[in-house]
Amino acid sequence: MTVTSRKVQGWLYAAPTAVIVGALFLAPLVLVVWMSLNRWPLLGPAVLNAPENYLDIAGNTLFVDAVFFTLKYTAITTVLLSLVALGLALLVQERRPGVGFFRTAFFLPGAVGFAAAGLLFYGMLNNDFGPIDPMLQALGITDEPVRWIGTPNMALFSTITLVLWRFAGFNMLILLTGLQAIPAEVYEAARSDGANRWQILTRITLPLLRPTLALMLILSVTGSLLAFDQFFVFTNGGPDNSTVSMVMVIYREAFFRFDLGGAAALSVVLLVVLVAINTLMLRRLR
Amino acid sequence: MRRRLAGISLLGVLTLTAAACGSGGDPQPADGPVTITMWTRAATQAQSERLVEAYNSSHENQVKLTVIPTDNYQPRIAAAAGARQLPDVFAADVIFVPNYTSQGLFMDITDRIAALPFKDGLAPSHMKLGTLDGRQYTLPHTLDLSLWFWNKDLYEQAGLDPEQGPKTLREFAEHATTIQEKLGADGKVHGTFFGGNCGGCYVFTFWPSVWAAGGQVMNADGTASLNDQPAMLEVFKIWRELYENEVTGPTAREEQGPTWTGFFPKGEIGVMPMPSTMLGLMPQDMEIGVTPIAGPDGGESTFVGGDSIGISATTQNAEAAWEFLSWTVSDEAQVEVMAKNKDVVARTDLAGNKYAAEDPRVVLMNEMVGKGQTPYALRFGQTFNDPQGPWLRLAREAMFGDVSKVPQLNADVTESLQQ
Repeated sequence: MTVTSRKVQGWLYAAPTAVIVGALFLAPLVLVVWMSLNRWPLLGPAVLNAPENYLDIAGNTLFVDAVFFTLKYTAITTVLLSLVALGLALLVQERRPGVGFFRTAFFLPGAVGFAAAGLLFYGMLNNDFGPIDPMLQALGITDEPVRWIGTPNMALFSTITLVLWRFAGFNMLILLTGLQAIPAEVYEAARSDGANRWQILTRITLPLLRPTLALMLILSVTGSLLAFDQFFVFTNGGPDNSTVSMVMVIYREAFFRFDLGGAAALSVVLLVVLVAINTLMLRRLR
Repeated sequence: MRRRLAGISLLGVLTLTAAACGSGGDPQPADGPVTITMWTRAATQAQSERLVEAYNSSHENQVKLTVIPTDNYQPRIAAAAGARQLPDVFAADVIFVPNYTSQGLFMDITDRIAALPFKDGLAPSHMKLGTLDGRQYTLPHTLDLSLWFWNKDLYEQAGLDPEQGPKTLREFAEHATTIQEKLGADGKVHGTFFGGNCGGCYVFTFWPSVWAAGGQVMNADGTASLNDQPAMLEVFKIWRELYENEVTGPTAREEQGPTWTGFFPKGEIGVMPMPSTMLGLMPQDMEIGVTPIAGPDGGESTFVGGDSIGISATTQNAEAAWEFLSWTVSDEAQVEVMAKNKDVVARTDLAGNKYAAEDPRVVLMNEMVGKGQTPYALRFGQTFNDPQGPWLRLAREAMFGDVSKVPQLNADVTESLQQ
């Protein structure tokens, strides 16, 4: 076989992936960047207006507020999610009777669609017909219905609870695979050297879990920065625009204000930020 | 082996390419029955379904109706328009129509409308909002008026006259307060209710009180907000007192819109603004009084809302679509489908039809079409309906927060209208 034919063959092997990446990732990306440089109506021809769409971002107070809110939400969610997922993973790490039941139970919420989960919480916590308020009152924990999504802090708290419920099991699973990849001999050696449980956790488990933790953190940070479903379905951005995420603003620009060019510009900015944050995190955690 | 693998890869590439290129729907046959697609929003689902059902059972051409949740309707239309995948005909909240026509979503049907023998009877407010630069794009589809509904049983139990609804907004507040005081002890019955976290609900139920008092909420061009004027502030003040005195249902402040009409039919509310389209959906055994919305000290008005319907600019079935559209405003459809079910008819010349005459409440609603208003603004949706828009912030600040912020927020509303 000649070198040329080997080269051709190589290209052919790569072709299916290349086509998929090209059609489903690169082409939309190029289109979004092009849209962000134009005034882009729903129907009819686009008009080049660069860099107006980008300059408008600074004056978009809703978006500026959403950036701060999304960062705050990402920080809280990521910390809590990591702690809960790690706790759950350590709980169900070892093979004991009944542990399979708990692993399944913790993971199960992950099988519920995210929008459906948002609707579920909306129903459960609804002050008119939700079952949670009457239960809390019957148990004597609260005296009157709790305004679960009625104040900015409660709306954020309720949403984060929803996200923890929905994703803790999935992240537990990721960490569990990492935990089980740590050889038992390492633990044995540590124990015979007289290490206690805390020392084993901080000196053995966590350092060896680093690559897995890195994966979980990146997934969590990216997912949180792109938050949409939970706020769109559960809080609708309220009360008083206190839970508006960046993607919700993009959605509003495109589909309520019909400003597709402006929405594209915001998307490009978000993409750049995401790439930057992920690059930083990969460097730090590798 | 390698060659075979390479061959398979190539085949995969070709299949993908073919799949990517093979877009587009199957064109309708030139003759024979045609099935057209139609979209409507959930708020006026019942009326659309009845019209489509009656049409399908009496015509060769068929209509396939898709109902979309009201809150998602505007985004769905926008996404479909951007992808050139609009249905053949679609209804839209009449206040969004000026924006849609300016975006070129509807087909020009001026000449077709001119040929209709009853063209002068078509609901004037809907026709006005469907006209752009002298060309007409839509027909009235459903009319949905805001009116005060009162529960006669609760009135009687509370010692109020069950045959006498409120004549002023202050009287409305008194009635609601009486019901709350007399019947609200166990938390099941409330004096009144409103959608406190729903921009569309505020405009639909509060603005008529401003109009009834002779005030305005916007300038005629829909480019300046007048919602910081005394007429509007007085209406907010009366409603705010009702909320602060716990005369409203406890969830009014959080109500985002989807369920705001759900409490009255359950017999839990004494008196509240309701959409006229709900009258035909009320429990049969419920005694309900209907009266126009009044200003603080009297007068009467209503928000003439509802849907307009048009043919999408991208349709391939314009003839079949017009056949359906023109049928929906015909005598047959308006009287035997709409009026028979206590709905407001889309034509003023049919206001005194045989079904309306049986129920004085329907006569009242038909009469109110001429007395009410439909506000016009190109940027209505993003300003007043969008939960992230400036109006909802103004309304919530006026109702639950700091009234002194209203002038600044009103400037934000004006800015949004001018974008």
